[in-house]
Amino acid sequence: MFEQLNQLLAQNDIFTHSTLAHYWGGFVVTIQLVFLALIIGAIIALPLGILRTSKNPWISKPIWLYVYIFRGTPLIVQLFLIYYGTAQIDSIKDTWLWDNILSEAFYPCLIAFVLNTAAYTTEIIKGAIDNTPAGEIEAAKAYGMSWAKRMHRIILPSAFRRALPAYANEVIFMLHASAIASVVTIVDLTGAARDIYSRYYAPFDAFLFVAAIYLCITFTLIFGFRHLENKLLAHLKPLS
Amino acid sequence: MLDLHGYGPSILKGAVLTVEVAILSLLLAVFLGLLGAMAKLSPNPILKGIATTYTTLIRGVPDLVLMMLIFFGGQMLMNSFSDWINDTFDSDIWINVNEFTAGVITIGFIFGAYMAETFRGAFQSVELGQIEAGKAYGMKPWQIFSRIMFPQMMRHALPGIGNNWLVLLKTTALVSIIGLSDMVRLASEAAKATHEPFRFLLPVIIGFLLMTAVSEWGLKKLEQKYSAGVVKG
Repeated sequence: MFEQLNQLLAQNDIFTHSTLAHYWGGFVVTIQLVFLALIIGAIIALPLGILRTSKNPWISKPIWLYVYIFRGTPLIVQLFLIYYGTAQIDSIKDTWLWDNILSEAFYPCLIAFVLNTAAYTTEIIKGAIDNTPAGEIEAAKAYGMSWAKRMHRIILPSAFRRALPAYANEVIFMLHASAIASVVTIVDLTGAARDIYSRYYAPFDAFLFVAAIYLCITFTLIFGFRHLENKLLAHLKPLS
Repeated sequence: MLDLHGYGPSILKGAVLTVEVAILSLLLAVFLGLLGAMAKLSPNPILKGIATTYTTLIRGVPDLVLMMLIFFGGQMLMNSFSDWINDTFDSDIWINVNEFTAGVITIGFIFGAYMAETFRGAFQSVELGQIEAGKAYGMKPWQIFSRIMFPQMMRHALPGIGNNWLVLLKTTALVSIIGLSDMVRLASEAAKATHEPFRFLLPVIIGFLLMTAVSEWGLKKLEQKYSAGVVKG
């Protein structure tokens, strides 16, 4: 089989070893960006989502504003603002932060993705917490649980389960949004496709191939989340 | 006031273009969405298969990749098409795929898939008995659609349409990548030329937030209109 594959690659003008390696490099960058953005975004979003449900307007309103701005504007504008913006602030340019981190396109891009996905995830967590049945909270209060214990034992475990379907959508949305990274010179999957398109002037080969890869990643994610939902949400399924 | 170094009017023009792209692609998306929903609900397995493939494929691939595929690939198709015409008819015609058309078609095509899902759910929420009652009154299919299905379907579809519209509005920013001079592109060019990204990108952010706020207000009014006579539980 390997022989045949090699033969196929040798006969092919566009899908040679070097272009496939280019795609592979792009694949790794895409996965890195999306994975890191989602992990860091979730870590930021969890406390924000909990605080967003606070009754104190001085706590919940600023978070509302952050979420409103990041959900109300295109990711590409946020990316431009961070990518071009950090380069213009002199006080950043003189520090080690610039030399080591911000001068590469990867990190400004990651920051934009993290802030964006954190805003969406905050709203998802807030919605899930709001939907906790009132009776469960009352029961927890009647048992004399403190706020922290209620959160930890009652509210969050069931909120995470309710949030899962919406979060699965957010993960797929993030994967698709990550294609924007190619605009700021990052060679992710889409960036690799653009390179190969411009080298061979073959839009269909370059973009259809990359579309198929995205489709495979999307289906893998959907399959994984569905499996997780079947496991974690089994008690919510309608009895048949 | 904010000094935009004379770039203000051109960015405003870009904002108008953004709205144009958004509205035209919304119309295309609603049209494709209605077609897709009807195909998905039809008993014909071929139509159903086509519609399911359409919605699944579109929702599995990033919008930017689709946009580039349609823009660059469409140009190539059009080139070979006009080559063929020129060879056969000995003429000299060239068809250009401009960024505006490519942008509108791509965005409309993408959101048509999302709209199809929205409309499918909404159509299913209209009771079958009402359609039968319409038939019993001797209404024609078009009358049943416009008098019974549509007004009730819209109530269920509006929240979904509203969400899709808000996402679509933000997706229009992607047309700047294939070279259309929308608000985002003009502002980022001005930002690069003057090295003042904040000055030019902040108006864009405010512009998008304004459009979102106006849309949310409009959607609320529409929802009120289509929910008239429904008792909220």
